Amino acid sequence: MNSVEKEIHYLNHEKGFKSWFWTLDHKRLGLMYMWAVIAAFVLGGVFAMLVRMELMQPNSLEGGQFLSDQVGGLSAADRYNHFFTLHGAIMVFLVIIPGIPAALGNFALPMMLGAKDVAFPKLNRFSFHLWLTGALFFVGALLWKGLDTGWTFYAPYSTSHSDTSVIMATSGAFILGFSSIFTGLNFLVTIHKLRPEGMTWFRMPLFLWAIYATAVIQILATPVIGIALLMLSVERWLGIGLFDPALGGDPVLFEHLFWFYSHPAVYVMVLPAMGVVSELIANFSRKPIFGYRSIAMSSVAIAIFSFIVWGHHMYVAGQSEVVSVIFSALTFSVAVPSAIKVFNWVATLYKGSIRLNTPMWYALAVIWLFSIGGLTGLFLGTLGTDIHLHDTYFVVAHFHFVMVGSAIFAFIGGIYYWWPKMYGVMYNETYGRLGCFLSWFGFNLTFLPQFVAGTRGMPRRYFDYDPQFASYNMWSTIGAMVLMVGLVIGLFALVHSLIGQRRKAPANPWGASTLDWQCTSPPPPHNFDHAPSVDDPYDHDILRWDEQEQGFMPIDPVDGDPNLAKMGSARTAPATHS
Amino acid sequence: MTVHAHDEHHGLGHVLPVSTLAKVLGALVALTVLTVITGKMDLYGFDLAVAMIIATTKAVLVALIFMHLKYDRGFHGFIFLGSLLFVGVFLAYTMTDTAQYQGDIRQFNQQSVAEELLNPLDDEADPGAGSPPGNEGH
Amino acid sequence: MSSAHPTADAHGHDHPKHLAHHYDTLEQQFEGNKLGMWAFLLTEILFFSGLFVAYSVLRSNYPEVFEFGSKFLNTTLGATNTIVLLVSSFTAASAVRNAQLGETSKLKMNLFITLLCASAFMGIKYVEYSHKYHAGLLWGGNAHSLFNPEAPYVPHGDHATDSLVVQERIAGMEVDESRMFMRNMGRFFGVYFCLTGLHGIHVLIGMVVITWLLRRASRGEFGPDNFTAVDLGALYWHLVDLIWIFLFPLLYLIA
Repeated sequence: MNSVEKEIHYLNHEKGFKSWFWTLDHKRLGLMYMWAVIAAFVLGGVFAMLVRMELMQPNSLEGGQFLSDQVGGLSAADRYNHFFTLHGAIMVFLVIIPGIPAALGNFALPMMLGAKDVAFPKLNRFSFHLWLTGALFFVGALLWKGLDTGWTFYAPYSTSHSDTSVIMATSGAFILGFSSIFTGLNFLVTIHKLRPEGMTWFRMPLFLWAIYATAVIQILATPVIGIALLMLSVERWLGIGLFDPALGGDPVLFEHLFWFYSHPAVYVMVLPAMGVVSELIANFSRKPIFGYRSIAMSSVAIAIFSFIVWGHHMYVAGQSEVVSVIFSALTFSVAVPSAIKVFNWVATLYKGSIRLNTPMWYALAVIWLFSIGGLTGLFLGTLGTDIHLHDTYFVVAHFHFVMVGSAIFAFIGGIYYWWPKMYGVMYNETYGRLGCFLSWFGFNLTFLPQFVAGTRGMPRRYFDYDPQFASYNMWSTIGAMVLMVGLVIGLFALVHSLIGQRRKAPANPWGASTLDWQCTSPPPPHNFDHAPSVDDPYDHDILRWDEQEQGFMPIDPVDGDPNLAKMGSARTAPATHS
Repeated sequence: MTVHAHDEHHGLGHVLPVSTLAKVLGALVALTVLTVITGKMDLYGFDLAVAMIIATTKAVLVALIFMHLKYDRGFHGFIFLGSLLFVGVFLAYTMTDTAQYQGDIRQFNQQSVAEELLNPLDDEADPGAGSPPGNEGH
Repeated sequence: MSSAHPTADAHGHDHPKHLAHHYDTLEQQFEGNKLGMWAFLLTEILFFSGLFVAYSVLRSNYPEVFEFGSKFLNTTLGATNTIVLLVSSFTAASAVRNAQLGETSKLKMNLFITLLCASAFMGIKYVEYSHKYHAGLLWGGNAHSLFNPEAPYVPHGDHATDSLVVQERIAGMEVDESRMFMRNMGRFFGVYFCLTGLHGIHVLIGMVVITWLLRRASRGEFGPDNFTAVDLGALYWHLVDLIWIFLFPLLYLIA
């Protein structure tokens, strides 16, 4: 296996820009999605840093304390509005929503099913091209007149008052929505129709359950944001009068349309993250996952419940009292399946043979961060407390714990986990862990003070604040810098593994029993040279560490394959390393 | 799967006989005529209900026969009904909400219209009100 | 047995002509495509649901406006269009049958009639739209609208009839009441144009799909083991029909 001659795999079997841009290979698409999402993440991160730098200290009233006044005809405060809006819109629509499903899902899902590709490869490529188009629209809005509506595009400000590139940004989000729909549709059909014989629904890896539940939300909810943004654009363009009260429209109607999608969209962000964490926790604990069925079913339950709670975003935004009370009561239903997952992860760790590789660090960080993010959500779901906390930094801290602390950390953890499969190289664990620790530390330092500032009444989205909030903001900005350093180290560790002395990755460095680790690293263009054998996805006892291979090997010969039989009989070494 | 006297099974899908298709078309046209007639009558507050019942009947015919749901996998019908269920949830919540706050809006509207009449110049003072802004399209 | 082949060869010799490399059997491929189409139809239903919700909210708040506004829609043209679409649905369903049985010439004819009906629908739609434009029966924010709160448009000559009906309706009202009524009429036409406009866009997309099918049919590509494209295209067309089945009474037949 440690052959010197060049192996043919999906990365090198075709070359050139066209072979990537017009590829139908889910692995290449997944990889391109990943780098594109990382690029968008960097862009969104720059805006985040600009916002944090401006908020580091309270201003003088004349201008920003960091942003200089009057650049391009816009005051510092105006540009601050643009920066937080673009930060939010880019991070939501371009990064977190496509992050795990489109990048990691595309790469891993067909292989986890032992399939050659997704059900509709051309549609998959079209999704990616739609993503690129949507991203171009966002960059266009950024370069033209910016965007200052907040990522929520609330009417009538967005339809009748804002003097920025609203239509261009909503068109971008509309296109990205269809990219997301087609990805979800593709995965749904793939999971239904391309499961190999022997893989029943309850023998699927939990990542697939999570992606399946996500796909259900994507195809059910995303079209509604599509039509909402379309109506918004038409209203802004032609003054159609659906949302603007001056024309007789109903702004709360827009909020309903917006949140009917955007609340479930929170679970488009976090469900796949939970799927990744389930894989990581099980594999690095070398134990069958605790409560497999309850984790699988809780994903589906979250997907369904997510559709009946959207009104908790509208308690103080014009929604009637009766409906607010109903939504508040129903909101707690989502807490149950979310908690089930956390309990099951912790129970899986219990008496596990835990290996602290970088992906596991990220997975543990997610348990911590998601617990805080989830529990603080309860205060916001409760109608009475939310009246006080609504539109304060408490909300900002809460959803960053969920969206960044869970979705982005799991995304990075997933990248580390599948990296050896993607590029066939092992990264430096020290750099990886350092990046994770600094990110986790910086993240907490950034957002924990914001909980306090929020409960004391600091409103979100404001350019300036009362001096009593100065120390929280100072710590928060310092935390953001640490977080940035951590993320840069995390990215460096990955890039570093590709340059200079490469450490070749074995087929199965983590000892995972899911099918994606049964092909070589990197996989051949059509994934499997040999038909993979379907087994329990969390039975780790069928694999043993192989010193010579520096990876895990099956113990028993599979399918009478002489190659695998040779490898399997080679070693039965202890299951721990590192 | 329903066994029908004229069913022909051929290859992958289910082949519908022309006679069935024609009967369905006849029924659909008849229902359209019916809905136009009932639409012109005063049905004492049940107009919307009657119109919706007729439309739903037509929709069921199209879905079951033209779209093959009657002969298709149950899961496709499940998807179709599932989508309607979610639309129902969406509609139910939003309608409940709007019915609740509508009184406030009517009250506000009457006040604002009255104020506008008293101070007609207010309109011009606020360029944002009433018309869409000069936007990117120009 | 998994879907992976013993070799990396993408197109094993045992693969039938119309079978993509990542499927094992034609049936699996057909079922996959069909499920994908149904999932897409679900997406379409939810897409339209946004406008139906807007319609319901506006109508429940201002029933009198919707009742009055509906009088300006031509029921005869609407009913004609309904029947045109129903016939096209029938021919689309027949086209699926033809494709399944490999009756290429009948298939082409049925697809052509479907396309013809779709064009007729759009033609009638154009007549309706153009009448409303000239009569100023538009949404409030439009400069050409009777209901523009800034400067209401005043149509002349033949197109003034509708304007007179509106004036008659508000004649007895208090000033603020009539202003509210006019503004809300703008909402009715706003929602009318949104719903029928989006539906019209879907008809146009359907026409592109049917044209594509017609082209493939005239090359003789469809037959008993390869009719999926016709089947899925027809499913989409039926959905466009389904939506119109609801739009017609909701817009034209408000008593």
